[in-house]
Amino acid sequence: MKALGRYLPTPTLSLVLLVVWLLMVRSVSFGQILLGLFLAVVIPLMTRDFWEPLPRVKHPLKLARFVLVVLWDIVVANLQVSRLILSPKREAHPGFIEYPLEVKDRLTITLLANTITMTPGTVSTNIRLDGSSLLIHALDMGEEQALIREIRERYERPLKEIFEC
Amino acid sequence: MTFFVITEGLISLLLVAGGIFAFTGSLGMLKLKDFFMRLHGPTKGTTLGIGCILIASMLYFTVTQRTFHVQELLITLFLFISAPVTGHMLAKTGLHMHLRFITGTRGSVPELRDEDVGQSRVARPARAKHPWHTRKAKKRSRFKQRETA
Repeated sequence: MKALGRYLPTPTLSLVLLVVWLLMVRSVSFGQILLGLFLAVVIPLMTRDFWEPLPRVKHPLKLARFVLVVLWDIVVANLQVSRLILSPKREAHPGFIEYPLEVKDRLTITLLANTITMTPGTVSTNIRLDGSSLLIHALDMGEEQALIREIRERYERPLKEIFEC
Repeated sequence: MTFFVITEGLISLLLVAGGIFAFTGSLGMLKLKDFFMRLHGPTKGTTLGIGCILIASMLYFTVTQRTFHVQELLITLFLFISAPVTGHMLAKTGLHMHLRFITGTRGSVPELRDEDVGQSRVARPARAKHPWHTRKAKKRSRFKQRETA
């Protein structure tokens, strides 16, 4: 088991690499699987020093649910932004918000920032390097507290549950 | 037979929707008023636009060639990873360069601490001159010179 840990430091990454390779060459022949396995072992070994220790996914089901929620929100966000762009009369009220972070892990913060950028009218602009808060630019801002609450309930809590506690 | 008609309709719908989304995303670049607002167009509209077109492509090739085509998922995956990162980088650069935003913007940019910025502030480049105006101004001044001479 220990030897396996030495040669496969990040099993998930290896699996992802194998799948990506097979998708990219579009075949599941024996040779390609062999080559994919080779890459899946070698690339993580060579890049091992760059990786920070990744947190474990504790609840895969919640992760799947989170992904679905985010995908749906991307569609909704697009409709909102398109409407805002296309309607000639409506003025957008942009604004900056400093969002206090609850999650502490770097990967989780990255995921949260990415999610915020992809979803309703918000782009994450700056992160305090001590990880205390995230600066968000909202395209059409209603009430500041409401937006913070929405992000907290919808994205940060699930991420926290999935990765941290 | 009806199966093909329905799939064709679906594919066309996805293609048109994708085109519309990508277009509005790009139109946002033209219509929105400041740098930070313009960021919203490409990070959102375009992602969904490309997503729709890729799904349409997946459907089309799966149906016509009768094999599974899923490698488009890879494009979507990479796009979903890279688009927010690019957006974040651009926004951060905008902050560091103190780009102006429209006056209606609520909330303020908090003062950037040294550890957020890195070693030193990014120098603010000189304001670019408007290419046409400068050329016209040059011509005018030359004209004036000739007149006085």
